[in-house]
Amino acid sequence: MYDVAEIRRDFPILERQVNGKPLVYLDNAATSQKPRRVIEALTDHYERHNANVQRGVHRLAEESTAAYEGAREKVARFLAAPDATGLVFTRGTTESINLVAHAWGRKNLREGDEVVLTESEHHSNLVPWQLAAQATGAKLRFIPILDDGTLDMEEAERLIGPRTKLVSVIHSSNVLATINPVERLAELAHENDALMLVDGAQSAPHLPVDVEALGCDFFAGSGHKMLGPTGVGFLWGRPEILEEMDPFLGGGEMIREVHLDHSTWNDLPHKFEAGTMNIAQAIGLGAAVDYLDELGMESVRECERRIGEYAYRRLSEIEGIVIHGPEKDRTGLVSFSLPDVHPHDLSQLLDEEGIAIRSGHHCCQPLMRRLGVAATARASFYLYNTEEEADTLVEALVRAREFFGAFA
Amino acid sequence: MMRDLYTQVIMDHYQRPKNRGEIENADIEEHLLNPLCGDEVTVYAAFDGDKVSDVKFGGRGCSISQASASMMTERLMGKSREEAEKEIKGFKAMMVGEKEFPEMDDLAALKGVIQYPSRIKCATLAWTAFQKGLDDRG
Repeated sequence: MYDVAEIRRDFPILERQVNGKPLVYLDNAATSQKPRRVIEALTDHYERHNANVQRGVHRLAEESTAAYEGAREKVARFLAAPDATGLVFTRGTTESINLVAHAWGRKNLREGDEVVLTESEHHSNLVPWQLAAQATGAKLRFIPILDDGTLDMEEAERLIGPRTKLVSVIHSSNVLATINPVERLAELAHENDALMLVDGAQSAPHLPVDVEALGCDFFAGSGHKMLGPTGVGFLWGRPEILEEMDPFLGGGEMIREVHLDHSTWNDLPHKFEAGTMNIAQAIGLGAAVDYLDELGMESVRECERRIGEYAYRRLSEIEGIVIHGPEKDRTGLVSFSLPDVHPHDLSQLLDEEGIAIRSGHHCCQPLMRRLGVAATARASFYLYNTEEEADTLVEALVRAREFFGAFA
Repeated sequence: MMRDLYTQVIMDHYQRPKNRGEIENADIEEHLLNPLCGDEVTVYAAFDGDKVSDVKFGGRGCSISQASASMMTERLMGKSREEAEKEIKGFKAMMVGEKEFPEMDDLAALKGVIQYPSRIKCATLAWTAFQKGLDDRG
């Protein structure tokens, strides 16, 4: 296990004060902070190696290409993928899922086919499929959630059937803190000759991921939620499936041969990387993955499980609070509602004390409707957060409530 | 500071809102969602000739959006269509710092919101809904 106090020193922003108070950053599910090593990887690239990748034969182009492709290898290893052939860099999870919805969905979905999602999807794993369904006539089906936020697996077994062409599910919910049984869903999908996509935006930063063990065909993630820079994410796909797919974006680098009237495509994964990619950011993501590997994802999970449980316990002591999601087997985030303070007002009052939490629908409007709320407040912890910070949050919540109560 | 934002006037309107409810067979019934936070407001208005004879609002939202909606209903009651549009335009101008807030008026309590750009949309939500309702009415 790593020492949280020690690794906090790796994150320059954690020294910041907000409104005269030490920053308590609890909006990690939106984006994580960056260790010095990632920030330095960006500046080092721009100060010493910057060039476009793949095509140049000069020294800087060679160095940039090696670093960019090295980052690809690192991310593939991080996901326990057999090799980097199926690892495509994208702008993030949203783009990764859109890539599959276009390049696989538009080609393979037909009227009468079904794509199975869940009620708790982030808009990024819902809207791309709505668009694909509109374009192809395929139908979307939704696995319901039980009242504790976990998936209704009995209903999942009924829903996933011969019409199913794809099951696409969040690995972990950014609202409910659930960890979905994606291995079982992948089995159900494959029994019905359907493919399985796992949206790993909220899992890859927090849990050990092994795409082979999960049994998925696609795995999507965002770099900026796992200590990396914004602007880079990834899609891992089984190479034989990616091979059969049409390209997503057309342009430079994704081609082999271009004529005025037709073109042929580059090898994987370059077929899906049109134009100049976010090179420095991909290299930065490589540095983030190195950092996570050194801490060990088992340790990260264990530390977050502890802080998540602690925060859950402390928050549940607040009278009248409603915590959304299951009591057990949670990730390190807690979404909650206080009966007499709107989440928006709450986050404003907490900001005054240097505490950053998120309030709103968390890009999950259908889930909010299912929970019967317009918005929730969410405190999301990461590997550098401490129990003292959870205490600070709870004390500030109690004060916020008193502040509002004073006007009643 | 929080006392500048959450003034007594705002909290009064929030916790004891004016004209909260529905109007049956209203001339204007406009539902609007703040896509930022999921807050929603429905504004109802009845007209007697050219005059707003009744205004009500419903929905759920933060203190700023609810208080502002409550203030709006008081402000627009009895106004002609033209006057109402002028009020809405004027309020939006205040919220972006292009117009002074009226002194000795509840609206002045919303002045503190300007310092919090992410909250300005909360304050203008109901007003935008009313304008949209007027536009749809033609």
